[in-house]
Amino acid sequence: MNKKKAGGIESFHPPRLYPDYKSTVLRAPHRPLILVPGIFDDAYGPVFGESEVGPDDHDLTKNGRRDGEPLGERMIVHGKVMDLNGKGIPNTLVELWQANSAGRYIHKVDQHDAPLDPNFLGAGRCLTDQEGCYLFYTIKPGAYPWGNHYNAWRPQHLHFSVFGRNISSRLVTQMYFPGDPLLLYDPIYESAPETTRHLMVADFDLDRTEPMFALGYKFDIVLNGRNESRFENR
Amino acid sequence: MKLPTPSQTVGPFFAYGLTPQQYGYDFSQWYNNKLIDPQQHDDSIIITGRVFDGNHDTVPDAMIELWQRDGECNLFGRVGTGTDPDHRFIFHTIKPRTDGTGAPFVTLILFMRGQLLHSYTRIYFEDESDLNKSDPVLLNVPESRRETLVARKQGSKYFFDIYMQGPNETVFFEIC
Repeated sequence: MNKKKAGGIESFHPPRLYPDYKSTVLRAPHRPLILVPGIFDDAYGPVFGESEVGPDDHDLTKNGRRDGEPLGERMIVHGKVMDLNGKGIPNTLVELWQANSAGRYIHKVDQHDAPLDPNFLGAGRCLTDQEGCYLFYTIKPGAYPWGNHYNAWRPQHLHFSVFGRNISSRLVTQMYFPGDPLLLYDPIYESAPETTRHLMVADFDLDRTEPMFALGYKFDIVLNGRNESRFENR
Repeated sequence: MKLPTPSQTVGPFFAYGLTPQQYGYDFSQWYNNKLIDPQQHDDSIIITGRVFDGNHDTVPDAMIELWQRDGECNLFGRVGTGTDPDHRFIFHTIKPRTDGTGAPFVTLILFMRGQLLHSYTRIYFEDESDLNKSDPVLLNVPESRRETLVARKQGSKYFFDIYMQGPNETVFFEIC
């Protein structure tokens, strides 16, 4: 079984098999992964065009409206997408999806007995700017129960998908909220190593809180990936 | 040096955010399963397959990305396995060329509930057996497992099933 954690960059990520999160048992590879140094060096990602971004794609408080405003606590989520050297990654795609303020996903498979919000889709996207910064307006999602174990509840979270410069910088992660008591009981959050787990918890950001409108949260995202200079020299 | 933000699972409910039009949600979708327009390319191919879990059941809630780069073309596509009755993924693309150092291939990334970190694999092509024999990445893979990375050809279709576990477990590559 592939229980032994890999070395290298994967040692900062959750193990592939983590039995406390039951779905990993049948879906994690059993055999060791193959390490081929340099395999991802030339695998650049897609190039994104500003023109493709819709005007409300980054504003989840607007992009699902039908006849009114979505319910819940408005918030601003912003941060910088950067490489391991802390250098911002411009013009990369950040995708976001989440439950509504009641803890219900619009996804047809979600059967949680909590109301849908007719004015909230829960999906957005944006491109990072020249410094690697992104910003979303959204609604704070609710916690929700799931079937992993008795009385299991997911902490409030946003799902993020980020590209970066190279195929090895591809990341899907979740943003959590500071002080959430559910984090301690959540095997998905706890699956990440102690060294990096806290990086998924956003900081409350009073400076970016908009008076009389929305609370600010800062969530920086650091991606794996080859040092950029390797490419600049080619 | 910074530490990387750790990966988390894509979960079961990604479709309306990452593949919304494919699943019928009211949100635009930038990428789908057509890396090229098959009408515009006489040489288009189809790459199709399924994902099997450790019980040998097909996975209905995976998201698959194809990253294709051969020095000439840089193509990207994305599809979920939840809208096909047999949970197949189907991509329309063109066959990559060799970059001169090895056999032609495309990289596949698999995301799904039950994966805390996504899986990278490569698709090589059955009708390139000479180049496959000397491909430097394939040579890093134990010989008994190389076949799991080779798509089977029928007409213009290539079949590539992914096995997470079991005797035919697909080779996955460590992130480095």
